[in-house]
Amino acid sequence: MPHFAKPPAGSWTQHYPELGTAPVDYTDSVDPAFYELEKVAIFRRSWLNVGRVEKLPRTGSYFTRELAVLDTSLIIVKGADGKIRAFHNVCRHRGNKLVWNDFPGEESAGVCRQFTCKYHAWRYDLTGKLTFIQQEGEFFGVDKDQYGLKEVACDVWEGFIFINLEPAESLTEYLGDLAKGIEGYPFHEMTSVYTYRAEVGSNWKLFIDAFAEFYHAPVLHHKQAVKNEAEKLVGYGFEALHYELSSPHSMVSSWGGMAPPKDPSMVKPIERALRSGLFGPWDRPAIEGLDPLPPSINPSRSPSWGTDSFEFFPNFTLLFWAPGWYLTYNYWPTAVDRHLFEANLYFVPARSARERLAQELATVTFKEYALQDGNTLEATQSMLASRVVSEFPLNDQEILLRHLHKVVADRVKEYTDAAAR
Amino acid sequence: MTEAVLPADFSDLEPFAATWCLATEAERYARRMASTMAELEAFYQAGFPRIGEALGYCDKFPLDGLPDDAHHLLQLVHSLIMVAMCVEIWHQPNVIDGADAVLDRVAEPLP
Ligand code: FES
Ligand SMILES: [Fe+2]
Repeated sequence: MPHFAKPPAGSWTQHYPELGTAPVDYTDSVDPAFYELEKVAIFRRSWLNVGRVEKLPRTGSYFTRELAVLDTSLIIVKGADGKIRAFHNVCRHRGNKLVWNDFPGEESAGVCRQFTCKYHAWRYDLTGKLTFIQQEGEFFGVDKDQYGLKEVACDVWEGFIFINLEPAESLTEYLGDLAKGIEGYPFHEMTSVYTYRAEVGSNWKLFIDAFAEFYHAPVLHHKQAVKNEAEKLVGYGFEALHYELSSPHSMVSSWGGMAPPKDPSMVKPIERALRSGLFGPWDRPAIEGLDPLPPSINPSRSPSWGTDSFEFFPNFTLLFWAPGWYLTYNYWPTAVDRHLFEANLYFVPARSARERLAQELATVTFKEYALQDGNTLEATQSMLASRVVSEFPLNDQEILLRHLHKVVADRVKEYTDAAAR
Repeated sequence: MTEAVLPADFSDLEPFAATWCLATEAERYARRMASTMAELEAFYQAGFPRIGEALGYCDKFPLDGLPDDAHHLLQLVHSLIMVAMCVEIWHQPNVIDGADAVLDRVAEPLP
């Protein structure tokens, strides 16, 4: 028996008829040639989230990103004018990688007044302009104005820094209405960050798939809950409150654990002791902006709302929890069957040990779940790669996966069609 | 006899301090995975009942101005969270159905 109403079309999927209901072809996750097309058709021309403004607190604050999917390394830096810019991390003299610490392949961060190449000491200011050439007189009329760092389009939305190698539209146009309806959420108050990273032996889309449906939750995660509660959850299965596609982006809105729970015996002893759990600290932070929430969050305005997960195409997830915190996932492909996964959990800074420990419990619990979410990926990748089966039936609660794979296919087709013309 | 690192009221937990007063999640997770269930149980049984008092003690000070003994106590409760996962739900050091998945915490607020 359904617990939550579906659209008049009968299902969320049929509410978006362009999706169809046919099985989905997962060759897109194992074919090396398709991956090469994704790189040019999608990653080179999409706005990609590379971090948050809190990572660049001062003039000259910078960090680098090693982005195999773009075949480049980028420097993201805050200028004296407060503007954040992005540059390819390549020296214009003879191509040395400009910014790195101990190992050129590792990301680095810091504060500087200018960038000085380790090789022959050419210097660039924070706007990328070439300001100094060692033994300039030995050169043959090099015009410094022509040899600045190669700049990449960079813009900021609600404190999230995005870059785009070949932008066809502005960041706000790209993010569209779904993002518009999130604006005003108090991101700037949630500056206490826990960062996790993993190298995963699967196609990037498979981890998005794993996080973009909760159909798995009562099954894969059932041992995380106390026994009676787990049995109840498997019996219910999972139904979302609401799905919304705003192509190429999408979101799912879900009910979720009451914090604090109605019946304390529903949760583990450590959760009772620290008043926290997977859904976050039970005591909400005393900040403005959480009530009412911006219109895209809990769009059905359900009183049993617990969490919303937004998939910003192609590889950025933004997930809000009812108790007043959020997290992000970024999936960075490094090969058709590998990617780097990064998760950041953001809280209002703890003012006491008690608050710090409540956040720690939420964060530790998150990892226990994510380890289960991640466990299937490498095995799935290897079985998909066998190509014994390539088409898979997706259900209505897997609509975001169906949508993701379709948008990817459409963008690649658009690109190859245009190239063939 | 080594010098006490925890507040006097928590001297019963002193035997666990050398093992479990750890600064980062990476260290706590590694210690958990390298421990036996008997070790994890022993720490949990001794430490869990003291969490409420530990919170009370630590919260007498501002979070960014904890004296050393309170700081160690806070680290110990961080470890109790880690260990609680094994004792309360998994009954083994590693996550059930986690296979060989890894997820490294590379940044966190301190203390
Ligand atoms: S390569 Fe950078 S100064 Fe020569
Ligand atoms: Fe999950």
